[in-house]
Amino acid sequence: MKAEYVEEHIWDKYLRKDRMPHIWCPGCGIGSVLSAFLTAVERAGIDPKKLVVVSGIGCTGRVPGYLNIDSFHTTHGRPIPFAVGLKLTRPDLHVVVFSGDGDLVTIGGNHFIHAARRNNDILVILVNNFNYGMTGGQMGATTPEQAYTTTSPYGNLENPFDIPYLAAAAGAVYVARWTSLHVRRLAWSIEEAFHRKGFRLIEVLAQCPTAYGRRNKMPEGIDMLRFFKENCVIKDYTHPKDVIIRPGQKIIIGKFIDLEEERKTFEEKVYELISRVRRDKQ
Amino acid sequence: MSMPPGVYFLSGNDAVAEGAIIAGCRFFAGYPITPSSEIAERLAARLPQVGGIFVQMEDEIASIMSIIGASWGGFKAMTATSGPGFSLMQESIGFAAITETPIVIVDVQRAGPSTGMPTYVGQGDVMQAKWGSHGPYEIIALSPSTVQECFNFIIDAFNLAEKYRVPVVLLMDERLSHLYEKIIIPDPKEILIINRKKPKTKENFLPYRADEDLVPPMPPVGEGYNFHVTGLTHDEKGYPNMSPEVQEKLVRRLCDKIRKNADKIASVETYNMDDADIAILTFGSVVRPALRAIKMAKNSGIKLGLIKLNTIWPFPEKIIQKIAESLKAIIVAEVNYGQVYHLVREAVAGATNVILLPKMGGTIHAAEELLNVALGVK
Repeated sequence: MKAEYVEEHIWDKYLRKDRMPHIWCPGCGIGSVLSAFLTAVERAGIDPKKLVVVSGIGCTGRVPGYLNIDSFHTTHGRPIPFAVGLKLTRPDLHVVVFSGDGDLVTIGGNHFIHAARRNNDILVILVNNFNYGMTGGQMGATTPEQAYTTTSPYGNLENPFDIPYLAAAAGAVYVARWTSLHVRRLAWSIEEAFHRKGFRLIEVLAQCPTAYGRRNKMPEGIDMLRFFKENCVIKDYTHPKDVIIRPGQKIIIGKFIDLEEERKTFEEKVYELISRVRRDKQ
Repeated sequence: MSMPPGVYFLSGNDAVAEGAIIAGCRFFAGYPITPSSEIAERLAARLPQVGGIFVQMEDEIASIMSIIGASWGGFKAMTATSGPGFSLMQESIGFAAITETPIVIVDVQRAGPSTGMPTYVGQGDVMQAKWGSHGPYEIIALSPSTVQECFNFIIDAFNLAEKYRVPVVLLMDERLSHLYEKIIIPDPKEILIINRKKPKTKENFLPYRADEDLVPPMPPVGEGYNFHVTGLTHDEKGYPNMSPEVQEKLVRRLCDKIRKNADKIASVETYNMDDADIAILTFGSVVRPALRAIKMAKNSGIKLGLIKLNTIWPFPEKIIQKIAESLKAIIVAEVNYGQVYHLVREAVAGATNVILLPKMGGTIHAAEELLNVALGVK
């Protein structure tokens, strides 16, 4: 049966209504992140014509397909280099990469650190649901130690990436972490990041009850939201080395990096170089 | 500006770089790899002079994905690599094929497999160029054999990419990339440049509804078309659709836009074929000793001609089928253990004897070697 609209949502204008219902599971956190993102787009006064959202593969990778703007759903792990090419050729556009943890820091980890190092002018919204949800809940580079997944049936042996630390060390100019519970702060943060330039990363912890939560004693979406409520501590400007997620410890969220001095973006440097070379030639 | 018309002494790699600029390429992304690096080096210096963008990426996957992004940004975009890098690019070639993104990939072939012989010639990427990504799709691959053709064919590559919205591979080889010879750069007014077609109106615009030529107009980004591009199987709206009917229709069109135009795209040149009863069929730098073998054959009592492939994909099977009818044998000389050989056998379908003369790589065939095989044909 096809779902029918019973009322207008304020963000319907940004969505492809003919693509509803979406594919996300009941209780999934991605919808809350998307809603916060659209709130930020509206508040930051972004012209939707000049906004492009790029993703890779995975549950969060489906976001661009629901947005009624120019949007690109690329290959697994590769939205960042796609966005690099797009932004370099079209500096007039706001280029947002909106994708998942497995996509951006596991298979795509190399592109992530290099775009941060180069200071490519891209805003990255990274939804971290601690596992590969779309393929059935396997562990990845963001799965907390000891967590149960379909490929860590005895508990995860690996250390997860501390994504804010990774981004900051590689050179990101804006780094924040929020959760799908802290939607108001998340929307403010995205809005703020729209007003910055350079490589900006916002990690959003989100519940995945279907693939992750139910194997880790949080079978309903609300269970992990409750976990976020009880275990997250907002501490702005904490050094990113101190925000790694460990079993039994509080999760530090907030805005960790927001550089005061402006750092030139790669795009600015490229266009300055072109002007200089052409001037010298004349 | 692009190089003024005139006579120059350039390497194959340099000619590719200069031809790309004349074709309108204004974005290059690449990763260093022998024997293609001089293309990146020259474009790093030259592109900013013409207002173009050069970026060195962290790997070949990033290189091809960023040229796909740049192509959607409205630029003609290119990367250059060799076997190992070309292997890394394969998944993204499939993405460019299904999203119908015009891009050009230069693959300067070296001896493989694996790291193989990085500084020595090979021609082992022929099948990879066509079948390297998963699923049914078509690409176009051109094979130059002189420095002049490096220049001419890279312009053709951009034109074909723009016309058919398809990835085009310039399949070079190491010998040619580092060979210096005379080339003539013509007056730009004499050079045909094709640009992608754009939609005429936003009204009822469907980004993947093809025209009669099976190619859909490509919408510009940032102008309110609100189009969606995905590597998933998609309908005319560009929306993901997992029905076998949509898959059938889309994939058939992606292939047919090239297959139905194969006669227009495919090109061979023949030398001394008017009364020949044996032909050497080859491509790339092996064409050069083959031409010498034909000259040497003149006083040897055999009638030897040459079939030179300008396009490898789509494979010019009809032309070869026709030529084969009057021949005793076709000798396929290639720097691998038999790739084009299989295509020729399929094309001639038993009408003539097809002999494989392989080389594993590191060097190309000597003219004497080619001639000896021809002399041995009964």
